[in-house]
Amino acid sequence: MGSQGGWGQSKEFLDLVKSIGEARSKAEEDRIILREIETLKRRIAEPDVPRRKMKEYLIRLVYVEMLGHDASFGYIHAVKMTHDDSLLLKRTGYLAVTLFLNEDHDLIILIVNTIQKDLRSDNYLVVCAALTAVCKLINEETIPAVLPQVVELLGHSKEAVRKKAVLALHRFYQRAPNSVSHLISNFRKRLCDNDPGVMGATLCPLFDLIKEDINSYKDLVVSFVSILKQVAERRLPKTYDYHQMPAPFIQIKLLKILALLGGGDKQASGHMYTVLGDIFRKVEASSNIGNAVLYECICCVSSIYPSPKLLETAVDATSRFLKSDSHNLKYMGIDALGRLIKINPDIAEEHQLAVIDCLEDPDDTLKRKTFELLYKMTKSSNVEVIVDRMIDYMISINDNHYKTEIASRCVELAEQFAPSNQWFIQTMNKVFEHAGDLVNVRVAHNLMRLIAEGFGEDDEGADSQLRSSAVDSYLHILGEPKLPSVFLQVICWVLGEYGTADGKYSASYILGKLCDVAEAHSTDDTVKAYTTSAIMKICAFEIAVGRKVELLPECQSLIDELSASHSTDLQQRAYELQALLGLDSQAVESVMPLDASCEDIEIDKNLSFLDSFVIQSIEKGARPYIPENERSGMFNIGNFRSQYQHEASSHSLRFEAYELPKPSPPPTVAQVALPLPTTDLVQMPEQTYPRETHQAANLPSATHASSADFGVKLRLEGVQRKWGRPTYSSPSASSSSSTQKTANGATHLDGGGTASSQTRDSFYDSRRQQAEVSAEKQKLAASLFGASTVKSEKRQPSAHKTPKGISTSTEKPAVKGAISSSEPPKEKTLPSSPPPDLLDLGEPTPASIPSVDPFKQLEGLLGPTSAPSAIDHSSAAGPKAPDLMALYADAPPAGVSSGSLNPALADMYTVNKNSHETANVAAVKKGPNLQDSLQKDATARQVGVTPTGNNPNLFSDLLG
Amino acid sequence: MIRAVIVMNTQGKPRLVKFYDFQPPEKQQELIRSVYGVLSERADNVSNFVEADAIFGPGTQLVYKHFATLYFVFVFDSAENELAMLDLIQVFVETLDRCFKNVCELDMVFNFNKMHMLLDEIIFGGQVLETSSEQVLKAVEEIAKLEKSSSAISLVPKSVSARFGR
Repeated sequence: MGSQGGWGQSKEFLDLVKSIGEARSKAEEDRIILREIETLKRRIAEPDVPRRKMKEYLIRLVYVEMLGHDASFGYIHAVKMTHDDSLLLKRTGYLAVTLFLNEDHDLIILIVNTIQKDLRSDNYLVVCAALTAVCKLINEETIPAVLPQVVELLGHSKEAVRKKAVLALHRFYQRAPNSVSHLISNFRKRLCDNDPGVMGATLCPLFDLIKEDINSYKDLVVSFVSILKQVAERRLPKTYDYHQMPAPFIQIKLLKILALLGGGDKQASGHMYTVLGDIFRKVEASSNIGNAVLYECICCVSSIYPSPKLLETAVDATSRFLKSDSHNLKYMGIDALGRLIKINPDIAEEHQLAVIDCLEDPDDTLKRKTFELLYKMTKSSNVEVIVDRMIDYMISINDNHYKTEIASRCVELAEQFAPSNQWFIQTMNKVFEHAGDLVNVRVAHNLMRLIAEGFGEDDEGADSQLRSSAVDSYLHILGEPKLPSVFLQVICWVLGEYGTADGKYSASYILGKLCDVAEAHSTDDTVKAYTTSAIMKICAFEIAVGRKVELLPECQSLIDELSASHSTDLQQRAYELQALLGLDSQAVESVMPLDASCEDIEIDKNLSFLDSFVIQSIEKGARPYIPENERSGMFNIGNFRSQYQHEASSHSLRFEAYELPKPSPPPTVAQVALPLPTTDLVQMPEQTYPRETHQAANLPSATHASSADFGVKLRLEGVQRKWGRPTYSSPSASSSSSTQKTANGATHLDGGGTASSQTRDSFYDSRRQQAEVSAEKQKLAASLFGASTVKSEKRQPSAHKTPKGISTSTEKPAVKGAISSSEPPKEKTLPSSPPPDLLDLGEPTPASIPSVDPFKQLEGLLGPTSAPSAIDHSSAAGPKAPDLMALYADAPPAGVSSGSLNPALADMYTVNKNSHETANVAAVKKGPNLQDSLQKDATARQVGVTPTGNNPNLFSDLLG
Repeated sequence: MIRAVIVMNTQGKPRLVKFYDFQPPEKQQELIRSVYGVLSERADNVSNFVEADAIFGPGTQLVYKHFATLYFVFVFDSAENELAMLDLIQVFVETLDRCFKNVCELDMVFNFNKMHMLLDEIIFGGQVLETSSEQVLKAVEEIAKLEKSSSAISLVPKSVSARFGR
């Protein structure tokens, strides 16, 4: 095979590959390929290119495109080649076309006809080639053109064709579910195909269908279970074995399907217990594929209606995964654990040390999976440790995508489970500091809201303590060299609102800091806008209490600079600030009241204070006001603007007609009532600033309008919620909110929690000094899992934990260790249970329930179509037993089993963990091939593809 | 569903690229580069899995295997089992090895249309079609037989086949 595959290309192609292999730089490679493209362009355009030459050109084109260069000039020739009669050329044409074109390409229309013809061909290999092309090239519009033929092929006499036809239909379903919705019964029919391969292929579309609509397929549970049972009992022909496992891929698909069907359905799950137990017992856990099936079993057990016995088995299997040396299995173990703790959170405790090991593993994938697990098992007792760990990890990585994800998870957990406001703010600071530009801006607004609203429980003392600690920490953080913009905005806002509130810092000190910020971030207009507003607030508060404000020179120069700014927004702020400085204390106080950021302000929507003015005007002969909905043909500004913004943000064409103007919603009233200096100008980018601060500068009522504007985000009237809005918190948020409140109450009582966080810090410090690694890990485990298995006293110092443990009923009291240690014989129970018992229980012979057996029903449908296919299986044609799978068992094995033919290969595979051993075996095996290898090696050197000069026998270390 | 199969060498040069959802060539290059970036940073004795949602969108994963100078990479979504995909790579490699007898990177470069043929018999439209390398070889041999009979003349110039023949 190998030799005849040979180097089926011309010298030119060899030279091309050789020169690319020898290219020293990307630029050189590009030059070579561009030259090649020129050659190909010339050659292809020549008249009467011999077809075989053309085939080679096409392959070279594919190669060129694989290296990232445009080969579109040759697409049409690939299309032409699909029309060729020779199978070789046709296949090459199809290959090139499937690699070049997408299903919406203009040229597809030229191929559809050929595909139609080929699907009807007598030669099944042509049909197969066409089906491969169908999968890749047919889009929603062209499906109807080939659909009848593909459906017809479901009854083809060759099982390879039937298999591909099923998968092609599946592809149609994925592309356009509606186009094949009337054909779904075909999948059910094919489920009882004579060929297990076709049956296996049918599971793919059925899996997708069931995922969409579980209830319509509940009737198939019994069939799936009986198929799985027969597969597991090795009743398929030996050819379906893979590394001594009977049809593992079919088993995996079936287990995935059963997991879907059994979810929360006690009756359906009941059918599955026996077969799952069987598989757990039979699976060969020494091979990779065996573990794959085992893992799928665990997933299935964890998603169906729980059976205590199976759960125990699943937990055992999971712990074997976790204890394994293989990173792959550990990864699967962590994933399985994440599924199992949904059913019983206590399961994690047994494996705490294994989990900690994975957390500290150098393997990044494993680490991330473990963080995912931790995220799932976070509760208020371990949130601090977990979030601390997450933040540490977040700081250490560079991958922005994952950084964003983990940052948003930190925020979510902190919002949901924070033991104290203090801790919450500190955590948020850390998140902002290290991933500020990646977190959602709403998180920043949330933080500001939290600081402004405080506890919301009429305890001004604690609130102001919180604020001053926030101010302290921010003044400290401002010393850091590089801070993200969003974080600076928060800092400026907090400093502006509360910087001087407790009298600890003088106004000029805060003003100086703010000026520094503006100066250091002179390119960031948003930050500058926030600083200007903050400066204005500080000045206003000073004036309001009657103190004289002496503007620092740098402050003055900042204002001067801003009032000449290109940004109209900054200009306006600067002028407003200057105007405010000239006002007397009373005016200032009403313009900028102290700490009024979350006062509710009533909005007079009817503008009744203008009534007298209106009457006066009408008396003077002005035209009366006509409400907007009575006018026609006029856009209202609010609508227009929102539309404009919508379009600008989506950057796409709108196909639907423009909506009719609607009566203006309340927010637009606020907008109209405000002076909007920018609307009459060209739309400036500044328009997108959070309007809050911008308007806060204008009038007291502006603060109102802005908070009304922001209402959805910042204000939650009447609802006592401290962290987390519905969009942030996971479904469990609502249930946990009550416990959270009590937790707050508790921490609140013991005085803010400063002490607790300090003790925590010192706890960490002392921990770091300890040399003994295992003790450290155990402690971490204890803090993570909240278990008392290891020195629970160590955990006590964190004072706020104690009240919480009492107040929250959902938490486990720390006596788990005792319980778990009292139940060691768990593991013993399973093996001792008599296996025949399990088998007998579940033997759901389809005949026993004839009225509901889908197999029986389908058989009737199947009658005529299955007749021709039955001829193939000459020996099995006769018995139409209800037990269809028996057919496979009876059929003579098509070939010698792969396992027995090449046991060496299989053996080697199983020991591939130990590469040394395998290498030895391989070396022995390779004896007769030595000459081969040498020759190849020489060729490799000659052509220069393997510059490392390695032995070109790549797989020698794994395969013979 | 399997989203993509990529074979590349340890310098990031693609040797076989097949996306089951169409990707324009520029995007393909970008994806290959990012995959290479991830793989080249991974140590030797770590797991074969990488969560790939930063590269291929949410819920995707990739499994890779490193053989001598090549990386074999399968990208797939949550409908597939990671360990099973690892075995599928094994099936693919075993098949290649049987087909080319001691396969090496060079075989792949010169026969990548054949590689595509093999792969099409293993994965069809993003779904696992066949996992027995024996059956795959049988199918491919049948095609080869037919191709031979349909084009009697040898396609390989004598000089080249003599040079590389075994």
